Formats: sequence, C-alpha cells, structure tokens
Amino acid sequence: MNDLLKIADREFTSRLLVGTGKFGSHEVMREALAASGSEIVTVALRRVDLDATGGADILEFIDAGRYLLLPNTSGAANANEAVRIARLARSAGMPAWVKLEVTPEPRFLLPDPVETLRAAEMLVDEGFTVLPYINADPVLAKRLEEVGCATVMPLGSWIGSNKGLRTRDAIRIIIDQAMVPVIVDAGLGAPSHAAEAMEMGADAVLVNTAVAVAGDPVEMASAFRLGVEAGRRAFLAKLGPERDEADASSPLTGFLDA
Amino acid sequence: MNNNWNGFLGRPPAVTFANELGMIPFERFLIHASEASSALVDRALTKEAGQRTLEDFAVLLSPAAGERLEQMAQASHELTVARFGRTMQMYAPLYLSNECLSSCTYCGFARTLPIVRRTLAVGETLREARHLGALGFRSVLLLTGEHEKETGVEFLERHIRVLAPEVPQISLEVQVWSEAEYQRLAAAGAEGVTIYQETYHPDTYGRVHEAGRKRRYLWRLLGPERAARAGMRRIGVGALLGLHPDWRYDAIATAAHAAFLQRHAWRSSVSVSIPRMRPSESHFSPECPVTDRELTRYVCALRLFLPDVGLVASTREPAALRDGLFRVGITRTSAGSHTEPGGYEEPDEAGEQFQIADERSVAEVASHLRSLGYEPVWEDWARPTEAVERMLVEAR
Repeated sequence: MNDLLKIADREFTSRLLVGTGKFGSHEVMREALAASGSEIVTVALRRVDLDATGGADILEFIDAGRYLLLPNTSGAANANEAVRIARLARSAGMPAWVKLEVTPEPRFLLPDPVETLRAAEMLVDEGFTVLPYINADPVLAKRLEEVGCATVMPLGSWIGSNKGLRTRDAIRIIIDQAMVPVIVDAGLGAPSHAAEAMEMGADAVLVNTAVAVAGDPVEMASAFRLGVEAGRRAFLAKLGPERDEADASSPLTGFLDA
Repeated sequence: MNNNWNGFLGRPPAVTFANELGMIPFERFLIHASEASSALVDRALTKEAGQRTLEDFAVLLSPAAGERLEQMAQASHELTVARFGRTMQMYAPLYLSNECLSSCTYCGFARTLPIVRRTLAVGETLREARHLGALGFRSVLLLTGEHEKETGVEFLERHIRVLAPEVPQISLEVQVWSEAEYQRLAAAGAEGVTIYQETYHPDTYGRVHEAGRKRRYLWRLLGPERAARAGMRRIGVGALLGLHPDWRYDAIATAAHAAFLQRHAWRSSVSVSIPRMRPSESHFSPECPVTDRELTRYVCALRLFLPDVGLVASTREPAALRDGLFRVGITRTSAGSHTEPGGYEEPDEAGEQFQIADERSVAEVASHLRSLGYEPVWEDWARPTEAVERMLVEAR
C-alpha cells in the first residue's frame, strides 16, 4: 500500500517517531529504535556531548543512515535559547530539521505558546524544517502552520504522564483544520493510545517514555509499531460512525417505502 | 490556588516560605509522624500520585508506614522511573575554599577548628575542574565555607567565569546572597543554587550556629526564593538530618519548602538533598541519629508526596545504602568525591568538610549504576560551552 507520511520534502513509511530519553542504557535504546520500525528519531541536543573527544555518546548508538535524526531543543526556556540550540545542532552536522520545544517550567514541561511561535518564525526564516511541540491549541496550530512549520505536534497529555489522549477533542479540531501533518506528541502511554490517535486521523505519533520505562522496552517498541499501524489502517478503512442508538438492520418503517 | 495540606483552604497565598512555614501545624503533623495508625497510612498510600498532602507526607514518616516500607519503596520506584526514566544525573562537588568565619558545631570547616585552610586560586580551580572533566563529569557543584571576603561574590564570579567555557553545568553551594548578587552569579555562568537550611527549627538553628553570618536564619530560609527570582534554573534544598533532635520536624519542613518552591519558583527545577549528620573534624555526634530505615522512609515519602522533585544523594552515605536508594527514588548523585579544597589533584592536604563514606571511584559507581539498569547522564547542559560556541561561529 502506498501510504507515505510526507513531511516537508521527505517521505516516510513509518508513522511512529521515537524519542531517546530515559532509557536504561544506550544499547537498549538502539534495540528499541530498531523494533519500533521508526524512521525519525529525536534526540535532545543538551544530552549530546558536542565537544566529545570520544566515548559512548548517545549519537554513536543512532544509525544516521537508517534514521532521520531530529534534534530537539528540550531544555530551552525561551525562543532565543531554542533558536540557539537549533543552530548548534545544524553546525554540529545534524539535519536542518528541528523539533521545537520551548518549556519554561520543568515540572510538566508544558510548551510556552508565545515563545514557540516566536522561535518558529525565526527558525523558518533561517531555513529550518520546524516541527513544533505545542499544547493542543487549534488556533496556535493554525498560526504555526501559517508561519511555515512543517508539522504541528500537539500533546495528548503532558510529557511522560502516560495518560493518553486527554486532549482528544481539541486534537480532533486540529486534525480537521490542518494543512500540514499532525503528529500527536507526548503522553501516549500505551499502544492503544497511539492507535486511537491514528484512528482519529493523526498523521503520526511520537512516543518516548512509554517505551523507555516499560518492563521490556524493545517489546513495547514493537507493540507501539503495531498499534500505530492498526490505527492507521483503521483510519484508512473508514470507521463506521459511532452512535448512541441502535441502527436496526430491519427497520420498522420500511413498509412505507415499499 | 493549591494548598498542600488540609485545613488551610481559603487562606491567602503565602508570599514567602517564611509565611508558609509559620502556617504548618507542626504539632499535629508530628503526632502523625510518630503515631499514625495503619488506617491513616493506608489512606495516604492509596491516593493517586500528586494528590497527597503535606499531612499525608507526615503520616508516611511514621513507624506504621515503616511497616509498609517495601510497598512504599515499590511505589516510589515506579513514580521515579515514570518521571525521570532509567537514568541518573551525575555531578561532582568542587570545593573552592574551606575558609570560614562561622562556627557551626557540626561542620568540619568551623572557624574554631585547627584544620589546614586552603583557598584555591583560579588556576587551581581550573585544574580541579579538568581533572573532573577527564573523569567524565560535565556538571560541577562549587562549594565554599562562609567567609565574606575570601570567598565573596567577586571571588565566585572569577572562578565561575574561568570554568564556564569548559564546564556546561555549574551550580553553587556557598554562602547565601541577595537577589542582585545571585543575578551577578547567574550572569557569570552559574545556573543552580543549593542551600541547606541545615535545620528549620529556629531554636536548634540558633544553638548550632554559634557565631558568624550564618546565624541569620530568615536570610538563609529565603535564599532559595531569591536565587530562583534571580534566574537560577536549579534550586536545591535540604536539612541536615540529625541536627534537630526530631528528624521528622526537618523532614516535614523540607518537603513543605520544596513544594512551596515548585509553585513559587515555577521556572526552576527543584531538588531535595537528604544529608544525614556524619562524623567530621568537629566530632559532632547527633543526639538521635537517623537510621537507614528511617532515611529510606524519608526518600519514599518525599517521592510519594512530590513525584517530580529531584532527589540527591551524596557520597556521605556508604555504598550499600546508596545503591539501594538509587533504585528507590534518587535521581542525581555524586561519585568519587573529595570534600577538601584541591582534593582531586592533591588529596588530603587541606581539611575536609565531612568524611566520605562511599569511597568507590567514579567508574565503579557508574558501572554499578549500569548493572542496576540505569544510564548515568553526564551531559545535560543548559548553556553550550565556549568550544561548542566556537563551532557554531565557525559554521556560520
């Protein structure tokens, strides 16, 4: 089936993006990435030893030939810091793609909409392909689309919470209005959550914590791959409408049409 | 508006932690902490993470909770892994000076003690930092005694500036400063401040801090708020358990302080250190030492009350206990530490602040963490170093 995810000028078969934080070892992370079937892997630049003289840096465990390395700006508290991190990533030889995260508070790591929009404008101007992490705010999603972002990435619930699609209704509006791919990011705790997002018409999902802290991260990565695939196929197959009342297959008023 | 404990709904928000501390019903909470029934413990344990109150925290310090320690530890472990992942942040203490004008009865640096005093010159600090860098550390905690002139703001600025190009993450555990002074230190390149209140009990505080600027209880109490307002991104608090005869008092106050800072200093990440009194040159011995089981209960209770607060364990504690606590709820730790100025390059020449109990090397601790299923995290910068900045400039 020719069902490709197109972001900016690139096409991907997999609709599952995976993050690289919180894993118990780089080796487990590498295996989980492989099992996920993902083609886009995001890494926090602040966790990368940019002036490393050797050693087991995280990038050595991510095959740049196999995955699109998507640096993220996690740790940035405002637009200027995010822009700086994105530039650093590019000058360190990473792709000019950036997962834009501007999170001024460290507890829930919720995104700052004002600074995110500001940073997105600057980064798009500088030629970056920008994938912004946002709250599930339909108006903000349109604003980011208008300034030239390649996707929007609304949260299902806050990062690491594993609570699933708590923002379901707002995400439905975002998907309905979007002219760019919608990637549900953050809070998906189980393959069923990922499947639900895909059934709703999300173009892709991003998962990290749920895989990294699972009892068996490699098996969980594989389960998420299946969840995403199942959800996508269900979406393409067009789900029957949900109804509150029974839809009788032998209507009682059929005789009137006879 | 959030209230962290029962019985205070409807009160106006506390402006500083001093206000809030004054509102804690210690008498009632201390009764919970020593006599809570197993039914109360049950209630506290069955609540969802994030729903527990300071009162629940006090209940979880009780002997009745101690009988459920394994259950608490399992819950604490799960919360920690969910929030922080299977990772451990690594840092190293770097003592700049043991000069001190304060006389604190418990401290190896106290003015009255006949120890070898040493204050590092900027070049010596850089050598120590490079030594730590070669061991893998990218996060360094600078420490001094309390000496206004020898280790004042200018001194700290000079040392921070010389380290900033090479050390991505610099925190301070030094004297307490004004907001304007913290701004200067932040501008120089420091991004974290740790302040132990030592004890939150005002009378005990006055008794153990016999002389010197450190006698100013309130100035110290509000230090973390000032540091956060000045833009410090990491704020650490802690009490030295065992100073005040009832450790539970300080446990409750510390938890309340961290909870207050999470709301008040919302842009900063808040961590709690769990130091216990250890032997030092001062030969202070705590009246009522905190046992290993009590310390573990404290760690669990902190995690269950504050699911996303950082918990810090230093090398004051012996290896076996540390290894156990890593899995229970610790998120940040030091390893291979020296507590005497210049101690990495020239060990044992100057007086140390306290004795190290976990004497394993950095590599040993890191490899043990991996065997427990944790990835040691060295690199977690907020600010790119100069070498990285140069790369950026050259690339443009």
